[in-house]
Amino acid sequence: MTPRLTLSQLTKRYGDVHALTDVSLAVAPGERVALLGHNGAGKSTLMKIVLGLIGFDGGTVSVEGAAPGSTAARRMTAYLPENAAFHPALTGRELVCQYLRLRGQPGAQAGALLDRVGLAHAADRRIGTYSKGMRQRVGLAQALIGQPALMVLDEPTSGLDPVSRREFYALIDDLAHAGASVLLSSHALTEVEARTDRLVILSRGRIVAAGTLGDLRARAGLPLSATVTPAPGAIAAVRAALPPDADWRDGQARLALPVTTKMGFLSRVAALGGQVADVEIAPPSLEDIYTHFSHATPPDAAEPRQAEAA
Amino acid sequence: MSRILTIAGTEFRIARRNRWVTVSALMMMIFALVLTAAGSAPSGALAADRLSVVVASLTSLAVYVVPLIALLLSFDAIAGEVERGTLPLLLTYPVSRAEALAGKLLAHLGVLALALLAGYGLAAVVAILGDRAALAGLPALWRLGWSSILLGITFLGAGYALSSLAGRPSGAAGLAIALWVVLVVLYDLGLLAVVVADDGGALTTQALPVALLANPADAFRLFNLSASQATAAASGLGAAAKTVSGVAALGSILIWPVLAFGLALASFRRLQP
Repeated sequence: MTPRLTLSQLTKRYGDVHALTDVSLAVAPGERVALLGHNGAGKSTLMKIVLGLIGFDGGTVSVEGAAPGSTAARRMTAYLPENAAFHPALTGRELVCQYLRLRGQPGAQAGALLDRVGLAHAADRRIGTYSKGMRQRVGLAQALIGQPALMVLDEPTSGLDPVSRREFYALIDDLAHAGASVLLSSHALTEVEARTDRLVILSRGRIVAAGTLGDLRARAGLPLSATVTPAPGAIAAVRAALPPDADWRDGQARLALPVTTKMGFLSRVAALGGQVADVEIAPPSLEDIYTHFSHATPPDAAEPRQAEAA
Repeated sequence: MSRILTIAGTEFRIARRNRWVTVSALMMMIFALVLTAAGSAPSGALAADRLSVVVASLTSLAVYVVPLIALLLSFDAIAGEVERGTLPLLLTYPVSRAEALAGKLLAHLGVLALALLAGYGLAAVVAILGDRAALAGLPALWRLGWSSILLGITFLGAGYALSSLAGRPSGAAGLAIALWVVLVVLYDLGLLAVVVADDGGALTTQALPVALLANPADAFRLFNLSASQATAAASGLGAAAKTVSGVAALGSILIWPVLAFGLALASFRRLQP
């Protein structure tokens, strides 16, 4: 399938600062891609370039063959800015109505859109009275206008409570099933884990890792974490059976296990029989993987990074 | 066009909710009433109809108030969107910057036109009710009306340009006030000082007319006063004004709105969201 959004060796500088270096990325129709990175890693810059709001210094960007910011690209792209505060004097309905008309759609659809993001009850209240989460929903409502082919969502769930977040990702799922490509950025790693097809980790303007969570987990090669709880009175026996580097706290042993030793470890624990009350094995969390990659120096980036630090 | 009207509709609604429509209309009506009452005294002596005299007073008032209202309406137009974070969003819609700016201009011009209609209309009604002969002053009032609109466009454009330039509402407000003080107040004081010091020399006869035409507020005043003989005395620069033809003043007040909108658009296009 031809990608809907293609970035190829994209480079953007602000004076001496390399905001983006050699960023290549493709998003297929129906695919949900999460951009992860610290503040200043280049996520918002990348999004603004895709939207045609700012120019770039090298590489190519194509939105279904069109240049970013061209009328054709703007027609098929929806954007949810980070922390947008809409004019407080307007009601949600009036605002969405305006955005509908700007896309050439009948303003009467505003009610249905607001209902879709759970704001039907507040449609005729002024935005000045809305909470941050409600304003974020208004932003989402305008991003849904006209079934966009490409959705660019900058920190879309900031300010939303957990229930709203789940509803938000359900909406994104629907849109992706209908063929929309979604590029979103997030700080909340645990939520993008389950809800996106691919993760792209940006660090200092470079892509340091990209792939599914499974890919990244395998590539990072981070240890699993195991917790063993001995049965009452069996602590000494369990301690003797476990590796000496186990960290004993509150009557439980915690171990970092290389992935390859998992089965051997499990059979050793199983051999202890009733002396073990419980055993838990957790894969490395997304936070661990994220930290691993975002602190890793890309092999060809050592020079400029040192130059920047100096 | 429908996109321009959509943006204009939203902006007008915001201006109405922010009480701009009410406040500016009330302000114009109060000024008009005061001037109509005050302007009725000398009319007999000057042998002009009552409305023409009121128009002269309204002209002097409009030079101050129309730029002020226009700048107040426009200073937040771009900087406010930058601050709220909605400008990048608007620019990702299939709307050109020229369309967005034209929409805002249309709405703010509507607010200004309503205020002028309320103020000038009230002045006309009061003058004509008091003296049927005042009907003769209607052409002068009509001229004042459309030239006020042109003056308004000029200062709205200037306000948008400053708003794009400043990028923050507080900065834009400061620049707008500075522009108003310089063009409407200090500029004339400076010219007066030059006229007094020069005492009828080359500066007064040659440079002064150009300087007056270069300032849209002065050109507006000259245009309305040159057309109304009864009122030359109403301007501090009345004597000097005689050296400027009404046609040249008309040219200036026609060119300035185009220049100002062009300036606003250029400034807006340079803004990186």
